[in-house]
Amino acid sequence: MNSSPTVVTANDNAQNEEPRVDVTSTDAAAATPEESGEASVRTSRPVVAESAITDASHAVKVRAKNVDFFYGTNQVLFDVSLDIPEKSVTALIGPSGCGKSTFLRTLNRMNDIIEGTRHTGDILLEGTDVYDPSIDVVLLRKRVGMVFQKSTPFPKSIFDNIAYGPKVAGLKNKAKLAEIVETSLQRAALWDEVKDRLNSSAMALSGGQQQRLCIARTLATDPDVILMDEPASALDPKSTARVEDLIFELKKNYTIVIVTHNMQQAARVSQQTAFFFQGVLVETGDTHSLFTNPTEKQTEDYITGRFG
Amino acid sequence: MSDQEIEYAALLKGRHRISTYFEWVCRIATISALLFLAVLLAGVTWQAWGWLDTQFLTGFDSRRPAKAGLLAGLWGTSWLIFFTAILTVPVGVGAAIYLEEYATDNRLTRLIKLNLSNLAGVPSIVYGMLGVTAFVRMFGMLSAADGWTIAIALGFGTLEIPLPLGRCLLAGSFTLSLLILPVVIIASQEALRAVPPSIRHASYALGATEWQTIRHQVLPAAVPGITTGIILALSRAMGETAPLIVVGAMSYVAFAPGNLDTPMGAVQDPQRVLDAPFDVFTSITIQITNWIEQPKEEFQNLAAAGSLVLLILLVVFNATAIVIRNRAQKKITW
Ligand SMILES: Nc1ncnc2c1ncn2[C@@H]1O[C@H](COP(=O)(O)OP(=O)(O)OP(=O)(O)O)[C@@H](O)[C@H]1O
Ligand SMILES: [Mg+2]
Repeated sequence: MNSSPTVVTANDNAQNEEPRVDVTSTDAAAATPEESGEASVRTSRPVVAESAITDASHAVKVRAKNVDFFYGTNQVLFDVSLDIPEKSVTALIGPSGCGKSTFLRTLNRMNDIIEGTRHTGDILLEGTDVYDPSIDVVLLRKRVGMVFQKSTPFPKSIFDNIAYGPKVAGLKNKAKLAEIVETSLQRAALWDEVKDRLNSSAMALSGGQQQRLCIARTLATDPDVILMDEPASALDPKSTARVEDLIFELKKNYTIVIVTHNMQQAARVSQQTAFFFQGVLVETGDTHSLFTNPTEKQTEDYITGRFG
Repeated sequence: MSDQEIEYAALLKGRHRISTYFEWVCRIATISALLFLAVLLAGVTWQAWGWLDTQFLTGFDSRRPAKAGLLAGLWGTSWLIFFTAILTVPVGVGAAIYLEEYATDNRLTRLIKLNLSNLAGVPSIVYGMLGVTAFVRMFGMLSAADGWTIAIALGFGTLEIPLPLGRCLLAGSFTLSLLILPVVIIASQEALRAVPPSIRHASYALGATEWQTIRHQVLPAAVPGITTGIILALSRAMGETAPLIVVGAMSYVAFAPGNLDTPMGAVQDPQRVLDAPFDVFTSITIQITNWIEQPKEEFQNLAAAGSLVLLILLVVFNATAIVIRNRAQKKITW
């Protein structure tokens, strides 16, 4: 097979005629050509730091510094450092089991809930360690929302699913809640399908509808940062396109981290891409240069489909 | 067809036959269980026929079979179960929530969980012994000549609490409560554990606190299972005899606890309600046991009539609880 890393980009162009989903037209401000050139002679981590920090238009929203993560004695993340710029989309890619979901869960401390887990290193949200006593984990999770890999609607009505976040935060105004439910469902491209049965069970929705429901539910809490773990894995191409449109829309106001197994999707929606392999962050860079000109052999092999 | 496929085809008939056999084995098991139950019910009803009348339900016990009734036992059992439920449900469900939702998984909690299953298997008479020591005698502390009495004046009467409790109804309820607590805790734990962790995670991820997650997600999903456990446990408590004998239930009492023998009595004289928990008591099961021991033949019929009443009460009790449970279940729509 042709090992040229540009294969992905070529595919992408062939499949998508819309210009905005073309990888070549995505926001590539994060890396200048000089940086890409430098990257090839450096190890990945300094490049990460540089590419994000030198980007003046996007301040660093979330910074992971030398994060190791353990399930019991089993270490699954090794010295991961990653800067996530605000108001942009960062894609996490890598083979199954490499620690993408685990890394994502460290960002809003969802791993705290799993017993026997442990981490070292720092996770900084706007410069403050998320484990700092001044950070309330409940508030942190409202600020850093999450869409899970497996969609898990609550066994309640569609309305109650969406209204749950604002309700637990203390919103009681019925009209306001109804408004939030409607706008959230609309943004998640689910409104038209469910507007006539908001009071029926969310469990009766199809898999793809449930996934969009979970996205809407997260949007309803109005977070700063949205973590999405394969948000389109159960969606048909049309819904996927709508979710991608949504992500594109959201990035104007939100910081988004998305895990995806779909290279084209990563290329279409993200500005920065991070490639994980066996718990190590192998390479990070702006999406365009990572896909067209990866510095690491492992990255190149992965994005050209040699493994994973 | 290959040799292998021919062999498979030959085996298929046998596989289907075994499947049919097994279905029949299960069917026969069910039928025989129902048959036993029917025979039992028919036997009891046969014996009780003619004895289960208003006199039986509204009269107190007597030396003469024709005049003997179950009223003291009916009131005793109702009070016992009422207080047992009040004591057991909050403690049992609370403990289960703590163990499942809050406690970290360390050696101590594992030890507690293991011992809960052991406690559930302890014979009820042992709980009776415990009840005597802990509640009736209160470990021999406070034993001035007649003990102590705490009197609390309330608007409509005086609540007089004897210390130690002595052989009173409340001591019986405490004992029954101890007896069924492990069962309630274990059943509630199972119900809580059956709620998928992903539901909790999703709730936390939306910025809910632990209490909000338990209150709005975990408990509603676990309530049907928890109620089932509580119903079964209280039904068991209703049918217990041995621990009540040990804590000193009276085999022959001709009055209801607190002398409260009609519901209207509670309105007429509220003081009786305050007295009832600390009065001597009997229960349906104790009365039945007592009658069985009597030499006169007619008392056997009374025992049968008492058993039938207990059975009917249990059925009514279970049915009510199932209705409550189904209501709760309808609220969560899986
Ligand atoms: N709750 C857990 N307890 C123990 N080990 C876990 C747990 N969750 C994940 N792991 C392990 O951690 C490693 C990383 O898992 P993770 O879910 O982060 O992978 P992933 O990159 O998201 O994979 P996928 O693409 O398949 O979702 C795996 O080896 C997995 O077995
Ligand atoms: Mg994953």
